[in-house]
Amino acid sequence: MTADLPLLEVRGAGHRYGARWGCRDIDLDLWPGEVLAVVGESGSGKSTLLGTLSQRLSLTEGTIRYSAAGGEILDLAKLRESEVRALWRSEWGFVHQDAADGLRMHVSAGGNVGEPLMATGWRHYGNIRATAAQWLERVEIPADRIDDPPVTFSGGMRQRLQIARNLVVSPRLVFMDEPTSGLDVSVQARLLDLVRSLVADLGLAVIIVTHDLAVARLISHRTLVMKDGNVVESGLTDRVLDDPQGPYTQLLVSSILQG
Amino acid sequence: MTTPILRVRDIDKTFTMHLQGGQRLPVLRGLAFEVRPGECVALGGSSGAGKSSILKMVYGNYAVDRGSIALRGPDGAVDIASAGPRDILAARRDVMGYVSQFLRCVPRVGALQIVAEPLTGRGVPADEARDRAADLLTRLSIPERLWGLPPATFSGGEQQRVNIARGFAVPLPLLLLDEPTASLDDRNRDVVIELIRAKRAEGTALLGIFHDTEVRKAVADRVVDVEAFAAAA
Repeated sequence: MTADLPLLEVRGAGHRYGARWGCRDIDLDLWPGEVLAVVGESGSGKSTLLGTLSQRLSLTEGTIRYSAAGGEILDLAKLRESEVRALWRSEWGFVHQDAADGLRMHVSAGGNVGEPLMATGWRHYGNIRATAAQWLERVEIPADRIDDPPVTFSGGMRQRLQIARNLVVSPRLVFMDEPTSGLDVSVQARLLDLVRSLVADLGLAVIIVTHDLAVARLISHRTLVMKDGNVVESGLTDRVLDDPQGPYTQLLVSSILQG
Repeated sequence: MTTPILRVRDIDKTFTMHLQGGQRLPVLRGLAFEVRPGECVALGGSSGAGKSSILKMVYGNYAVDRGSIALRGPDGAVDIASAGPRDILAARRDVMGYVSQFLRCVPRVGALQIVAEPLTGRGVPADEARDRAADLLTRLSIPERLWGLPPATFSGGEQQRVNIARGFAVPLPLLLLDEPTASLDDRNRDVVIELIRAKRAEGTALLGIFHDTEVRKAVADRVVDVEAFAAAA
C-alpha cells in the first residue's frame, strides 16, 4: 500500500525576501496518503514554506522534487509556468485561509465546483452538474444551494465549498493554509472532521499549515515545528506533542494545549 | 520457548524540562524485558516509576535516550527506539495496539464508528466492522441508544469502555493496556478480564499496567518490576 517513492522530496529549500530569509534549510519527504502539519507562531515562516513548496513563491535555494502522476520526477524550480499550471489543474489543490481567495464569490456554488472539471476537459453539462451536486453533498452543502453564489454562504459553508472545488478533480497533493482559523469553534470541528475523513477516503497527501496544535493532532501523521524560518523539531505528530524535545516546542505545547 | 514479539534492551529515559531551566528528570536506566506471544506481562511498581512511559515508548509515542525496542512484525523486526514516523505508523497498523486510559474524542464521530474505524481502516468491510463493533459494545454494556452519539458527553466509565472496545476490535500481535479497568464497576471489570484472557488464548502478547491486584492476578503471567530500573535522581 505504501509507495516506495515520496511524492515530494525537499532538500535545503529556502525562500529569501530581499535580505531576509522567510524559511531556510528545509528538508522533508512527503509520501502519498500522508498528512504533514507545519506548526509555529505567526512569523515563524510556515506560510512562506507552504508558498515555496507550492511554487507560489520562488525557490531561492535548494531543490524540490515532485513525483508526478505519470511517474516522472519533476524538479519543480525548473518547470515552465505552463507545466506548473498543468499541475494545479489536475494534481494539486490549495485551500486558502480566506475562502474568498480560493472561490469565485459571485459564481454559483455548482459553478465553483464545476469549473475545475471544465478546465480538465469535461464538456458534458449534465455530468458536470451531477458531479458538482455529489461534491456539495459530500461537503454537507444542501442541494438547494447549488445555484447560490458563495457570497451568500456562511464562513463554514464557504470553506467546505472551497474544499469541494479543490478535491473534485481528485488531486494527489493538497496544500492547506490555516483552513479552520477564521471559523467558530463548533464550525471548525465539523470542517476538521470532514477533512479528516475525505483525506482518509481519498488517500490524499496534505501539507497543512496551522498555528493550532489541536488541529495538527486531529488530522496529521507528522508535524514540523517552525521557528524563525527553520524547522526546530519534527516527527510523528503524537510524539512531537506528547514528548516535545526542544525548548521552543515545549513552550508551544505547554502554552497552547491544555486538556 | 517461542520467540519474543517484543524485546526491550538497555532503555534509558530522561525528561528534560526546558521551561524549568533545563531541569533533567531521569526516569529509567537500563530497562530490559521481553514479551512473548500468548503471554500477559504486567508492569509493576509505584506511581511515578515510569510504567505509563514504558507503554508510550513501546508505542513510539515517547522518545528514548538510548537502547532498543525490537518489535517483531510480519515484515521482520523494527526497532521502535530508532524507527522513523512511517515505520512506527506501519507497526501501529500491523503489529501493536494501545488502549490508553482516556479516550481521545473526535468531534462528531459516534461511538460505534469509533470502535469500527480501526477495522475499516485495515480493509474490513463496513458491515462486518459494524457487527464486530456492536458485539464488543454490547459485551461492555454500552446501551444501543448511545452508539450513534459522540462519546464526548459519556461518563468516564462509558468512555473507557468505548476505548477498550476500540482497542480490542482489531486482532494485532501485541496489545498495550494502560489501566484498562481503572474506572469500571465489577461487572465490566470481569468482562475486560475475559477479553484479555481470550486475546491471550488467541496468541496475542499483552503488556499492561493493572493497579487492581485482583485483575493483575487474574490476567498476568508475570510482573516486571519497573522500580528495579529506576534512575538515580
